[in-house]
Amino acid sequence: MDVRSQIAMVFHLDKCIGCHTCSIACKNIWTDRKGAEYMWWNNVETKPGTGYPSKWEDQEIYKGGWGKRNGKIHLKGAGKRRGLVNIFYNPNLPVIDDYYEPFTYKYLDLIESPQGDDQPTARPVSLITGKPIDIKMGPNWDDDLGGTPDYARNDPNMKNITPEEQEVMFQLEKMAMFYLPRICNHCLNPACVASCPSGAIYKRGEDGIVLINQQVCRAWRMCVTACPYKKSYFNWHTGKSEKCILCYPRLEAGLAPACMHSCVGRIRYLGVLLYDADRIEEAASADDKDLIKSQMDIILDPFDEDVIKAAKENGIADSTLHAAQASPIYKFVKQWGLALPLHPEFRTLPMLFYIPPLLPVMASVKKVDNTTEADKKAPLAKKWNNDWIYDTSTEELWGKLEQIRFPLKYIASLFSAGDEDVIKEVWKKLMAVRIHRRRVTVGDITNEKADNTLSEAGINAEMADAIYALTSLPKFEERFVIPAAHREQAIEMMDFTGDTKGATGFGFKSKVKRGV
Amino acid sequence: MAYLDNFILIALPYVALTVFLIGSIYKYTHRKFQFSSLSSEFLEGRRLFYGSVPFHWGILVVFCGHLTALLIPRGILAWNSQPVRLMVLEITGFIFGISMLVGLINLIIRRYTTPRLRPVTNAMDLVIYILLFLQTFAGLWIAYSFRWGSSWFATLLTPYLYSIFTLHPDTTAVALLPWPVKAHIAGAYLIIGILPFSRLVHLLVLPLNYLWRPYQQVIWNWDKKKVRNKKTPWSLQRPENT
Repeated sequence: MDVRSQIAMVFHLDKCIGCHTCSIACKNIWTDRKGAEYMWWNNVETKPGTGYPSKWEDQEIYKGGWGKRNGKIHLKGAGKRRGLVNIFYNPNLPVIDDYYEPFTYKYLDLIESPQGDDQPTARPVSLITGKPIDIKMGPNWDDDLGGTPDYARNDPNMKNITPEEQEVMFQLEKMAMFYLPRICNHCLNPACVASCPSGAIYKRGEDGIVLINQQVCRAWRMCVTACPYKKSYFNWHTGKSEKCILCYPRLEAGLAPACMHSCVGRIRYLGVLLYDADRIEEAASADDKDLIKSQMDIILDPFDEDVIKAAKENGIADSTLHAAQASPIYKFVKQWGLALPLHPEFRTLPMLFYIPPLLPVMASVKKVDNTTEADKKAPLAKKWNNDWIYDTSTEELWGKLEQIRFPLKYIASLFSAGDEDVIKEVWKKLMAVRIHRRRVTVGDITNEKADNTLSEAGINAEMADAIYALTSLPKFEERFVIPAAHREQAIEMMDFTGDTKGATGFGFKSKVKRGV
Repeated sequence: MAYLDNFILIALPYVALTVFLIGSIYKYTHRKFQFSSLSSEFLEGRRLFYGSVPFHWGILVVFCGHLTALLIPRGILAWNSQPVRLMVLEITGFIFGISMLVGLINLIIRRYTTPRLRPVTNAMDLVIYILLFLQTFAGLWIAYSFRWGSSWFATLLTPYLYSIFTLHPDTTAVALLPWPVKAHIAGAYLIIGILPFSRLVHLLVLPLNYLWRPYQQVIWNWDKKKVRNKKTPWSLQRPENT
């Protein structure tokens, strides 16, 4: 057992309001630079939708992530053979148009235009060429447009959904959607690291953050292809790849990453997970249907005596162990089994987990015959050919999972490699928590019914209360349990403190060196 | 004429090699960030295929051919002792040279007709394009008009290059070669000389290490076990990766 610690995250999708505050916080700190204008290390997508870059989930196009052949995993679009053969021209590289061409407006024209009959306009200009452009796409162009033909219908997750089911979704297109905030997953089996020919990308041993060494990156651009989540970006100006750094300078100072700190819906949780590094390859090579289970299996119990002993032998600090025991991630992912990895079938073992959205389950969809109704109105009113209506009259409070507005298959295609039972389990628990809390706070539900739902979901009242507390009432310190980075040791390791005495503060600005 | 010969065949190589060595070492130690292939595929990903692929595979084979003649001249001569094999070698080289030229022309047209590539194109790129074009063109011309290059390279140029490397330059044989060959030699030195200061630096950092490194890389900032051991004196824990 090779115990390592990893900073992991949970995003609670039911709480996401799609405000993009996280994206803006990240952009202002990290990617507001030439060559990085188009990058959104943190972005929020509307689902169903094609996402950013367009159709990133479709690995038929981009060949991201790992595939499995004869029981062994291999990089789909990169790797030692394929990567080096395609090094002169990478056929699966997304280009700038798959994201969007960054632009600004000529605001000065509004002020400096000569007097005339027309209102002056600020024309959009490309941030690459500086020439006027017709904007075809922009950041979050598909925001809230989940149902429009261009986006939802092209969602790669739709391919397993029958046309009838799709029709149901699209009839509701103006109502049903949810937001999917995405950052780098800081995977345990990162495809970007494996694909980098120059070895510039690495996983930091201490906390598992995946970083790109800008001094070593040579623009072979294999990581952009290999990352199935398209979270490694190519800076066209510097000729280097860049990606989310999980705000490691903030983490080392005990602060939450900017996107998490600023989250308005408080959907984000961050904490330590302990895992067994010896079993990474085995976990990533599991069958599609076992992938979630195998990933959960290598996450270790921080209260287990053997794990603690092995962790200490591996040099994991006591403070990190304490953080792992208090980790909200461990609770959501392992103890309660509520959070799932996004697209586990990419086999990168992502360390960002999502609590699948329950969505408003109160309503169902019915097919109706409204011709008589329409005939009555004619010719006064326009005839609508809406045969599908959104029925809110449920027999039971909150309706049933089977009546949910999104096909289970769709959510399953996102979070469980198509396994609907996994999603159902999670949803049952989430529903049980709500019903239990309704009993406690409103009291219009019988004890019998509430207890039945709880036991069906496989949780007890105590656990439901804990889930409720961490979901609805968590304080900052409960959402972000950041282990001490032990910077004092890090600094001592980077430099012998005696050497740099007098080289900081008000003393000399550079290292005091003797001679030439 | 002798002055020009001496300049091209003796002065230029030493200047070029010195600049190359010092420049590369300086760049690698002090300006490592500049080591990049500066790929523009991200801005234009369709026409690049028709330029980059024929050019790179072409130059790879042609360069390896030159290198083989330099490293094992006897092997080349032995191979060439039969006319059929000589023809196979020469024609292969010529085809890859054509591929290189076609690719290069495509690359040049692509770069100067795509508006998006303007901001990522600098003066040095133009210099390289001109040099590489002339060099490729001269190479093909020589291969066509002064046969059989693979043999006389091994007999004339290899001893000359060795004489340069061993600091006893001997140009008596090479000075008699026709001027296109001399131009080709001069072009090679110029390219070597400006290599560290152009996007060609990516040649120096070919990712061969990738072939034998494990796929996953984990880097520890410090040795965790040592750092937590009270018996370890601080002075032993100097960083490895500064």
